[in-house]
Amino acid sequence: MILVLLAGTAVLLALALAGAVVKGQGRSLYAIASFVAFLSAILALVSLPARPETLVLPLGLPWLGWHFRLDPLSAFFLLVVDLGAASSSLFAIGYGRHEAEPGRVLPFFPLFLAALQLVVLAADAFSFLFSWELMSLASWALVLVQHRDRESIRAGYVYLVMALLSGLALLLCFGLLAGASGSYAFSAMRLAHPAPGLAVLALLLALIGTGAKAGLVPLHAWLPLAHPAAPSQVSALMSGVMTKVAVYAFLRIAFTLLPIPPAWAGLLVTALGGITAVLGVLYALMQHDLKRLLAYHTVENIGIIFIGIGLAMVFRAAGGEEAAAALALTAALFHVLNHSLFKSLLFFGAGAVDRATGTRDMERGGGLIHRMPQTAFFFLIGCAAISALPPLNGFVSEWLTFQAILLGPGLPAWGPKIIIPVAGALLALAASLAAACFVKAFGITFLGRPRSREAAEAAETDRFSLSAMGILAVLCFLAGIFPAAVINAFAPVSRALLGAAMPGQSHLPWGTIIPVAAARSSYDGSAIFLLILAVTVLAVAGARRLAAHAVRRAPAWDCGFPDPRPVTQYTATSFAEPIRRVFGPIIFGAASIVRMPPPGATAPAEIETALHDRLWEIFYDPVAAAVARLADAANHLQFLTIRRYLFFVFAALVMLLFALALQR
Amino acid sequence: MIGPSMIGSVAIEAVQMGFVLLAAPGLVGIVRAVKARLLRREGPPLIQPYRQLARLLGKEVVLAHNASWLFRTAPYLILALTWAAASVVPTFSTHIIFARLGDLIVITALLGAARFLLALAGLDIGTSFGGIGASREVMFASLAEPAMLMIVVTLAIAAGSTQLSSIAAFMLSPALGLRISLAFALIALGIVALAENGRIPFDNPATHLELTMVHEAMVLEYSGRHLAMIELAAALKLLLMISIIVCIFFPFGLGGMGAAGFLTGLASYAAKLGIAAVLLGIFEVSIAKMRIFRVPELLGAGLMLGLLATLLLYVSRSL
Repeated sequence: MILVLLAGTAVLLALALAGAVVKGQGRSLYAIASFVAFLSAILALVSLPARPETLVLPLGLPWLGWHFRLDPLSAFFLLVVDLGAASSSLFAIGYGRHEAEPGRVLPFFPLFLAALQLVVLAADAFSFLFSWELMSLASWALVLVQHRDRESIRAGYVYLVMALLSGLALLLCFGLLAGASGSYAFSAMRLAHPAPGLAVLALLLALIGTGAKAGLVPLHAWLPLAHPAAPSQVSALMSGVMTKVAVYAFLRIAFTLLPIPPAWAGLLVTALGGITAVLGVLYALMQHDLKRLLAYHTVENIGIIFIGIGLAMVFRAAGGEEAAAALALTAALFHVLNHSLFKSLLFFGAGAVDRATGTRDMERGGGLIHRMPQTAFFFLIGCAAISALPPLNGFVSEWLTFQAILLGPGLPAWGPKIIIPVAGALLALAASLAAACFVKAFGITFLGRPRSREAAEAAETDRFSLSAMGILAVLCFLAGIFPAAVINAFAPVSRALLGAAMPGQSHLPWGTIIPVAAARSSYDGSAIFLLILAVTVLAVAGARRLAAHAVRRAPAWDCGFPDPRPVTQYTATSFAEPIRRVFGPIIFGAASIVRMPPPGATAPAEIETALHDRLWEIFYDPVAAAVARLADAANHLQFLTIRRYLFFVFAALVMLLFALALQR
Repeated sequence: MIGPSMIGSVAIEAVQMGFVLLAAPGLVGIVRAVKARLLRREGPPLIQPYRQLARLLGKEVVLAHNASWLFRTAPYLILALTWAAASVVPTFSTHIIFARLGDLIVITALLGAARFLLALAGLDIGTSFGGIGASREVMFASLAEPAMLMIVVTLAIAAGSTQLSSIAAFMLSPALGLRISLAFALIALGIVALAENGRIPFDNPATHLELTMVHEAMVLEYSGRHLAMIELAAALKLLLMISIIVCIFFPFGLGGMGAAGFLTGLASYAAKLGIAAVLLGIFEVSIAKMRIFRVPELLGAGLMLGLLATLLLYVSRSL
């Protein structure tokens, strides 16, 4: 199996080479990539419950070789990777036609896909880090496709710096795990027993390394810059898939390579997840660039996933709470799958809007539901799913996370008792703010009247893009109404990581899920859907029988003062204004100055609003300033004589020998 | 699976779904009548809401030129989602077939879905009033929903369940003492219920043509049968929130079995609804509507009460 999967990866690498020489838009290249990824997704799904497989290839470091391993955890994430890869390649068949410089996308896109697959299959530190950096570099090249755009350049720079930080932290983490004499193969790390202090240090480094890739606050700053800058199929992959690969890396290190971490580490992850979720969605609400809004939502959803992972760590550390840990982990995995589905869908929709109107600015959208009805419908499904509305899939995973949170107070220690309900409050806040945000995203972009000529003349997107969106929308729907099947599929992963799984749900009728006990809580996705469908039919039929059928089209009523100018509509900024006023002063240091003309004057009033990114000011600016100062201080080293340089080389050599002598 | 108990619970469910839909406008009628009497007005007759619905159903629909399919389908879906949520709540008997379909979180989410659609419908025509209503509604909801979920957390810790029938059974159990947490949860739930239904002090259901309005601003463009669906859904939501409160905090007469239990359950439920409507009417005339940006403070207080109720639960348990 693993050989077949690697053959697929090799095909993708070959496509990357072909992409470097091929002329034109590369539609067949995308088609092949989509097909390969689709096959690979099926294989991953099949091998989810299978026994782990390992393979060592004589590549890489001569004494280490290149280790691969396909176990349930990597099979699940390979499935997520390949679903995203297949759908985004399908989307790109149509979408890539509009690319101005396809030569800047075609070599790197299959390379990115191959690197994503390699990361989840790698089973030693060297091949893992190699694939990890390959993934970062390939996506960096794709972020810089619009290489003349100043914002893209900045995004690429910040992304590169953060990717370096992430790689460095992971390198140190693996170094600690391997120990002084250990091997870099994961199988050897699993057997090594690092000292507790070192294990915690390695865990924190892993949290930094993977958190910087996943977008955990405060390491998220690069994400809303870089993700929107890339072409939309790449944005979907970066947001929907690459962040999940980072989640995979964290799970791999925290659950399989390290001894069981203490409970406080789990609480730290839970708390970080809660803060990430709320800050991510609040930042998203303030955006009016559609793709940037979606990127900030990725930060939010990563927070939700990390709440689940943190809870699983807390329960695992408590001992005897395997069932609760399995519930929390299943919730996190379910959200991983869900987010990869609907975030890709939403980025495709945003890409289609971008191509149709020539802008990602929501303030220039409006009325697109008439011009792009199918895109609008699929985008609406994605919005409802990400807003956790039943009966779609986003609700199921957030519901499961909540059920896991409700088990937290049962723990004897006081830390979890206090922190877990607070994390629950943060999760609830994030979920309701997400709904608000997607009312805005859909309402301002697709509803209302067109705010620009481009929006008024937009045309529906091509059929490849539409089918990619349609497939993902159907998957969102199916995962929502048959949650039990999805949960059962996760059982091998949970068993591999925790030694326990959520109780099987397949003996229950329809789509019922009962996480703990029937008297405690239950949710039936398919029955809820059928119930909604039935009462809708009843309402429509009732209205048909009882009500008058006449429909008359007329100008909008608007309290008797309809103004035909589209500028009188609510904009994205004005829609978010109440929420900005409630949360803004604390979190963004938001300030608004209103300048009213004197009474009687006909001059327009003016409002000026300013938002601060406090996290940027607290975390990044000082670091950037320090680095700049250091660089300035080191600058004069550049203009020394050759004797001075030779002296430095000699001094470094002596220092190294000295250190070696001390260690012996 | 199919036995007499199942047929019984299907029948009870059918009665409940019919009852809530038919009783909802009546509940609004009682509230209006109480308010009118307290203001020394004659007030409309109790059946006025029914007449209004019948009149709206008889009228033609006037649609704006740029109304989309979303605008036309939303009223039915909003009613359906609210009705589906109401069919999961044990109102007069815990033996309803749909009780296992979802817990209190699912009910909250179904109401959230209805609100999502309503806010979108408010934005569809592209009028400034729709935008005002939608943006304010989501601002209220962004605080009211977490408050609701914190109440759920409190109840789940106390009762060991988020399932309404289990919570009701727990509240009926004699072991239950007075708990400060539950009092906090009741107050918080009251605040949430007022906010969810757009009652005073959050919104005034009787206003039109006023810049402070929220719900009415969103539905301004609706007419005819569409408006009838939305009005019915709003009435149903009021009844639903009251039903949740009485199911959790005053579940007397809920656990009965057989025909006698069924009838006492129904009678006590009707009585509880009536009392709640009168209390709501009294409350609404004795308080003024808040300025819009004072509302988050009250909702934030509700959220804090919910969180405090959770944390106090540990302390009161260890006492």
